[in-house]
Amino acid sequence: MSERSELSVQDLTMRFGGLTAVRDFSLELAKGELVGLIGPNGAGKTTVFNVITGVYRPTSGKVLLDGVDITGWRPDRVCKQGIARTFQNIRLMRSLSVLDNVIVGHRLRLKSSLGSAILRTPGYVREERELIQTSLELLDSLGLVHYKDVPAGGLPYGEQRRVEIARALATRPRVLLLDEPAAGMNPQESMDLCEFIQKVRRDFNLTVLLIEHDMSVVMGICERIAVLDHGETIASGVPAEIQANQRVIEAYLGVGYKNVAAN
Amino acid sequence: MTWAVFAQNLVNGLSLGSLYALVAIGYTMVYGILRLINFAHSNIFMLGAYMLFYADLMFRLPWWLSFVIAVIVTAIMGVIVERAAYRPLRQAPRISALISAIGVAYFIENLGLVVFGGRPKPFPVPAFFSKSYQLGSVYMANIAWVVPLLSGILLFGLMVLVYRTKVGLAMRAISHDMETSSLMSVDVDRIVAITFGVGSALAAAGGIMWGLKYPQINPLMGTVPGLKAFTAAVLGGIGSIPGAMIGGMLLGMLEIMLVASMPALSGFRDAFAFLVLIVILLARPSGLMGREYREKV
Amino acid sequence: MQIQHDPRRARLKLILTLLSLALSALAIWWANNNLSSYYLRILNLAGINAILAVSMNLIFGFTGLFSLGHAGFMAVGAYTCALLTLPMRSKQTIFLLAPLAWPFNAVTLPPFPAVLLAGLAAAVMAYLIGLPVLRLRGDYLGIATLGFAEIIRVVANNIPTITNGALGLKGIPSFANNLWWTWGWAAATVWVTSRLVNSVYGRSLLAVKEDEVAAEIMGVNLTYHKILSYVIGSAFAGVGGALMGSLVTAINPKTFGFMLTFNILIIVVAGGLGSITGSVITSVIYTVLLEALRPIESGWSIGPLHVPEIPGLRMVVFALVLLVIILFYQRGLFGGREFTWDGVLDWIDRKRNRKQEVAG
Repeated sequence: MSERSELSVQDLTMRFGGLTAVRDFSLELAKGELVGLIGPNGAGKTTVFNVITGVYRPTSGKVLLDGVDITGWRPDRVCKQGIARTFQNIRLMRSLSVLDNVIVGHRLRLKSSLGSAILRTPGYVREERELIQTSLELLDSLGLVHYKDVPAGGLPYGEQRRVEIARALATRPRVLLLDEPAAGMNPQESMDLCEFIQKVRRDFNLTVLLIEHDMSVVMGICERIAVLDHGETIASGVPAEIQANQRVIEAYLGVGYKNVAAN
Repeated sequence: MTWAVFAQNLVNGLSLGSLYALVAIGYTMVYGILRLINFAHSNIFMLGAYMLFYADLMFRLPWWLSFVIAVIVTAIMGVIVERAAYRPLRQAPRISALISAIGVAYFIENLGLVVFGGRPKPFPVPAFFSKSYQLGSVYMANIAWVVPLLSGILLFGLMVLVYRTKVGLAMRAISHDMETSSLMSVDVDRIVAITFGVGSALAAAGGIMWGLKYPQINPLMGTVPGLKAFTAAVLGGIGSIPGAMIGGMLLGMLEIMLVASMPALSGFRDAFAFLVLIVILLARPSGLMGREYREKV
Repeated sequence: MQIQHDPRRARLKLILTLLSLALSALAIWWANNNLSSYYLRILNLAGINAILAVSMNLIFGFTGLFSLGHAGFMAVGAYTCALLTLPMRSKQTIFLLAPLAWPFNAVTLPPFPAVLLAGLAAAVMAYLIGLPVLRLRGDYLGIATLGFAEIIRVVANNIPTITNGALGLKGIPSFANNLWWTWGWAAATVWVTSRLVNSVYGRSLLAVKEDEVAAEIMGVNLTYHKILSYVIGSAFAGVGGALMGSLVTAINPKTFGFMLTFNILIIVVAGGLGSITGSVITSVIYTVLLEALRPIESGWSIGPLHVPEIPGLRMVVFALVLLVIILFYQRGLFGGREFTWDGVLDWIDRKRNRKQEVAG
């Protein structure tokens, strides 16, 4: 590849005790790409996310962000370097307001010292005001600002997903990892979410890696797709290729499916 | 240390360790089921010793009968504590139940001061226990082998109860998942009550044997052994019954051996248990036998 | 989008704050000069308890670190301060068995720097302990920190050249028997804690409490924030210990048993986790209640009826009161709520609006 990848995962293997969750997984994301990561339950997709974001240290393999080797970094350092994510089972700070959730996302750019925060020096007050202002603008641009004072845990499910994405964006990432953003949504909500993701990617100039089970979402917005099964990559390519790939169909539906499909 | 002295220390360690194990079981069983640190457990331990004292003093019963009665009465008290102070808080934040436990501990301890008086009482020790024999160069009293033996029998009985009976199965089920168990028609209230009864009975037996070893009892006698036993439960992996036994034995043995091998450090004896605990927790954050905690992300 | 900013209300709040500060100062001045030493002692103790409770609330209520080490940090603070303020002559009479070690045998400081150094000593200790153990979670953290506090106590018992061993220190200068000292430090504790928890740093602490994994992935450095909260909270515990030593004038290792930590935990939980207001008010209620219950165990007689002294009865009644409170207020007396001028002003506005609606 002539151009340097934005996110590069090389020969990643993750073992827990005797169980190999991911084996020799490789993936290159060019800047601005939107790539889908699919596969049956337990295929190791979330494990890939956990390794990229530093929750787990991989058994072997490397993760590079814009050429910088971030393998095994602590999650907060990975975040600072420019990778943000959401979670399969939404992990907002439930009792904090939506605004506060977003402010926590902005935290890592706070320059003022602890001392100036306690003394509320003019410099700190100004920075805090800017930070709140930026957070409000972010919420506004995503159409979430009317929730700013609501405890995040009290929002409807679909809105919590959006707030979680907003919080991730607050860290100003280069790469956004979305773990099943459409889970539990009805078709209309999924459609809205697709638009939301597209808009976010455009507006924030992001590279996106997406785990999703909802094929309408995956096929609708992903430019490329990688398929994991039992920790191994069984296919990758553009959506049309994946849809036609026999191994993928078998992984999802079992070996006998082709007969049914043929009928 | 000569071999004879070593052997004596080994027996002492075994006997202290088995007492820690007996008390640790109560902490770990309650924690396993309710996720509650039952701070009142050390007071139950104290009550056991006093119940025997009064049974012996007032009714002049044979010692073994006093023992049985004291253990049963204390077990009932444990059940009452659960019913009155913990059951109403089962749906409350965990910390509220913990404060309730501290409140119960204060209550029993001070009620002990009011009812039993603060002055230490001489504990009745039948002649049999204090009779001692000379083995080579060391003396050993009957109590030295009675305590580990009796504890061993009780612990064996407990293992049978937990791993071989329906009640034990229900206990393990609840400790795994209380809500699901209650949906599967396990009578949670009854099993929790039994757990407190069994734990309290073991603590009472521990308190009584403690009284045999150190025949002066007072209402605060449970504080230090209770804390040590709790430490043993944690370093064994709180919630795990084998862990509590191993932790208790390990702690008792190490404590005796430390003092025996380095008498200069005997002043640090009480700190030693915690040092062991912290070292073990830093190496294994959930204790020796505790379920490895890995949060699903 | 603009942040709502109401200059009139801001000015009003400033005036209210200054006014209440002035009133408090006046009240302290009056009480210091007019109350008997008995009542002053109770109020001083309440102030110290407020320092301890608010600092524990920072660690546990706001950051979610279940630490039971408060008594240990109090001990560090109390010994540091006592050794720094004791006059040379007292030191010579106290340390008979073993001579006092350097630097304490060479210096005597005025109270204020001594209290500051006491807080600093506790903070250093918290840093050293916190770095390894704050990785532990939940109850495991609780028992490990409780263990450290007990270790501190046992060590204090065994280093006679610094602590005078089990005999402890006597005749500590009683500068803290003065409301300016106790409530002044309480005010400082409240001020620092509330500023901290309401800052961006504080939101990160809350995030750590709510969900460590998510917080870390959002760029919050867990170790830094946990240590931050632990060190600041423990520093104030050290200050509280120093003041308590000065108030009771005699300390020994037994003074700092784990029951002391439990008492503060009771105040914090009864007042409501995450409520500074609750911690302060409950400290006062707790201290006054314990004192008010004293007569019931001290023996009394009405005519021919004579009830002898019953030690322990007071704590029996106290334990019952505590159990009742916990059973009925499971989230503490104040839940997570705080007293703020905004809260008061909003409440007045609502009242006024309702009245106008009724009138209209």
